[in-house]
Amino acid sequence: MSETPAIELRKINKSFGPVHANKDIDLVVKKGSIHGIIGENGAGKSTLMSILYGFYNADDGDILVDGRTVTISDSKHAIALGIGMVHQHFMLVDNFSVLENVVLGAEDSGLLAGGLARAKRELKRLEEEYELRVDPEALIQDLPVGLQQRVEILKALYRSAEVLILDEPTGVLTPAEADHLFKILNVLKDEGKTILLITHKLREIMAVTDTVSVMRRGEMVATRETAGTTMEELAELMVGRSVLLRVDKKPAEPGAPVLEVENLTVTDKRGVQAVKDVSFTVRAGEIVGIAGVSGNGQSELLETLAGIRKATSGKLKINGETIDLGASTLDAADMRDKNMGHVPEDRHRMGLINSFAEYENSILGYHRDPAYSKGLLMDLAVIRKNAVAEIEKYDIRPPNPMLKTASFSGGNQQKIVLAREIERDPQVLLVGQPTRGVDIGAIEFIHRRLVELRDAGKGILLVSVELDEIRGLSDRVLVMFDGRIVGERGADADEGDLGLLMAGVDDTHSAPAEGGVQ
Amino acid sequence: MSAGRLPRWVDYVLIPFLNLAAAFLVSGLVVILIGENPLDAVRILIWGSLGYGEGIGFTLFYATNFIFTGLAVAVAFHAGLFNIGGEGQAYVGGLGVAFACLALDRYVPWYVTLPFAILGSAAMGAAWAFIPAWLQATRGSHVVITTIMFNFIASSLMVYLLNNMLKKAGSMQPETRTFEDGGRLPFLNDLFPSFGFGYAPVNLSLFVALAASVLVWLLIWRTKLGFEIRSFGANATAAVYAGISPVKTIVIAMLISGGLAGMMAINEIMGSQHRLLIDFVTGYGFVGIAVALMGRAHPVGIVLAAILFGMLYQGGAELSFEMPNITRDMIIVIQGLVILFAGALEHMFRPAIVRLLTPSRPLDAKEA
Repeated sequence: MSETPAIELRKINKSFGPVHANKDIDLVVKKGSIHGIIGENGAGKSTLMSILYGFYNADDGDILVDGRTVTISDSKHAIALGIGMVHQHFMLVDNFSVLENVVLGAEDSGLLAGGLARAKRELKRLEEEYELRVDPEALIQDLPVGLQQRVEILKALYRSAEVLILDEPTGVLTPAEADHLFKILNVLKDEGKTILLITHKLREIMAVTDTVSVMRRGEMVATRETAGTTMEELAELMVGRSVLLRVDKKPAEPGAPVLEVENLTVTDKRGVQAVKDVSFTVRAGEIVGIAGVSGNGQSELLETLAGIRKATSGKLKINGETIDLGASTLDAADMRDKNMGHVPEDRHRMGLINSFAEYENSILGYHRDPAYSKGLLMDLAVIRKNAVAEIEKYDIRPPNPMLKTASFSGGNQQKIVLAREIERDPQVLLVGQPTRGVDIGAIEFIHRRLVELRDAGKGILLVSVELDEIRGLSDRVLVMFDGRIVGERGADADEGDLGLLMAGVDDTHSAPAEGGVQ
Repeated sequence: MSAGRLPRWVDYVLIPFLNLAAAFLVSGLVVILIGENPLDAVRILIWGSLGYGEGIGFTLFYATNFIFTGLAVAVAFHAGLFNIGGEGQAYVGGLGVAFACLALDRYVPWYVTLPFAILGSAAMGAAWAFIPAWLQATRGSHVVITTIMFNFIASSLMVYLLNNMLKKAGSMQPETRTFEDGGRLPFLNDLFPSFGFGYAPVNLSLFVALAASVLVWLLIWRTKLGFEIRSFGANATAAVYAGISPVKTIVIAMLISGGLAGMMAINEIMGSQHRLLIDFVTGYGFVGIAVALMGRAHPVGIVLAAILFGMLYQGGAELSFEMPNITRDMIIVIQGLVILFAGALEHMFRPAIVRLLTPSRPLDAKEA
């Protein structure tokens, strides 16, 4: 048992200006184990790993690799120490081959040819040893994300990494691809590699790790043997209080259709059809979830319905009025006038103006409402009063409408958007990734609000790449793949089944449910 | 990452002051290099611009021009546009003033002519900004490129018009006839003799400029249009999400910007020269960029920065007169340094001040 740990961190501290991102972090990672690090967004996980990988230097504290104290000044140094990293956003050159990407930065000499031949042999060996099959001649741009990730792992192994850090590796994967990744990780473990898995998904921790460390607000709050803990305990440790993991809701009582989409096709800037002949209905009092791996047309669908993006063709029926989307010139303001709210997928890029004060964002999109104007000028007193009311009702913290929106945490920013859109009492609410980058406590709150809105008889269209969220909230689930809706399931959808649909496996045996998909 | 949050007084007082101090320090070194005493130079500069009535009058006269062109740049700035065509817009704005004055000066008093001159100059300046605005909004042609090209077109157009259409009969000068009293704004020296502005051309347009500052403040921070302009400038994607039309916002912001630049001609043409002539803008449009940068695109800041640049213009003229070693070009170097430190290097001192003023405190509910 007294084997030297692969990695040991002692009292690591790191501050960014006023933000103390890592506080006295201790961590011991056993050789040949899969060690999970879990925590909410902003808990300091990524900072800690960046320190280990040499992106940042710790303010103080010691790093021990194989029992020796080291100073890791940059990533080159980390690689030399046998530490490899697979980033959340892949660091690959799209129009290079797998082989070229693997060699990139590790070419032995000025002349590529000799090095490439050697690399090819080495790659072959790695593939066989770890069951990491990828065609070395394939171009990255032609590979699905799951395989691209494998290339990232190969890159690290090629540089003879003994310790592999994976930062949120499953964010872009289908459930099946994620399962495959976990298999690979187990093989690597059996071969004696050490793996550090950074994630905020409890399920993954339970599925694959041996040991798990929990971070909260820059501190390491606990380390547990995975076998000896539960999801509930980990969630509580992450948030610092007990949380409800399931969404508590009654069965839906759907009423008349409030949003009907017929044969919607959307072509993006590059001329690629992002949404292909999509039809569906959302009824009053139900939440319709759109599941799918990111990038399968959900974003385009949402933006088109919200009036932000132009459709190529298709019809939209909202509150009984039929709009020919191919010919209409309606913009987002017009869609709001039709009583449709929109919580966009990306609140930083779209839902909020970060440099504006909170109260200014509380009317973004509704600023033309005569209630907010007095003659020619805007009625700031009314706007601020309204903002304060929303802050109170949605428990937005800090409760200061004059504060710049950038100063709020992710969860509170999302609440600002949600409050703005829900409090205008929309008949239909479009919601994209409502809890992306939001801490667990706020997730619970946001989910409850959405269910309340549903119970008040409004129609909600929910787009999310978090399958748990889709399954927890939706009364019906539509699965999008490659721009099409490839299947519909009920509220009790099976995860494996949805996963297959999301991966584009043909859905031949299902009959479209009532009011649903064509 | 944002560079951190600071109290307002730091942003609006301390940092501009430090920038200015740095500019003068470096300028002082330059003055030493050419063998003059920098303290004497500063004394002459300040005395020349603020030390006596006529000096103050000149300072305020220049400041009036800078307020207009600074406001023009600032309004476009809030929409995320960099209008560097103030020079051309002001020049063409002169046509609007001249038309109003030439048409009315013999029949009505100045206060009847003034509203027409304001409308005319704003309309002409806006018109000159319209084509770049339209190209930017619908074609994505960058306004920085198009507005600067329109400066050259304006220059040629005005030479042509003055030489071939507007020139006074029988004269060789490329300028219109001199306006009668109905086309002349009263000099402040005539209105307030006790200030002793002397022969300084500071005139009633100063108040027009101050009124414009108030209106711009109301527009940007208190109207729906201003909200839309600021939204679009701060985050164009979010603006589209909010149903704000990019085309409309770009065009309107540029028209207002061009109109404000055009109004600068009131001060020069109706207030001082009393005739339309070649090259009356002489760089005021460009300095407006520095004024807007230094004034942080806020009318109060712009008025203060305009006065500072007015001092540099007026005090600089005195300085080159008193210290022959310091030529007119040296003054431009000093102005350039002020622009460099106040504008381009605006964030130079910021990180250090942030570090100095914000004590380390634990992570409080912040996103990574």
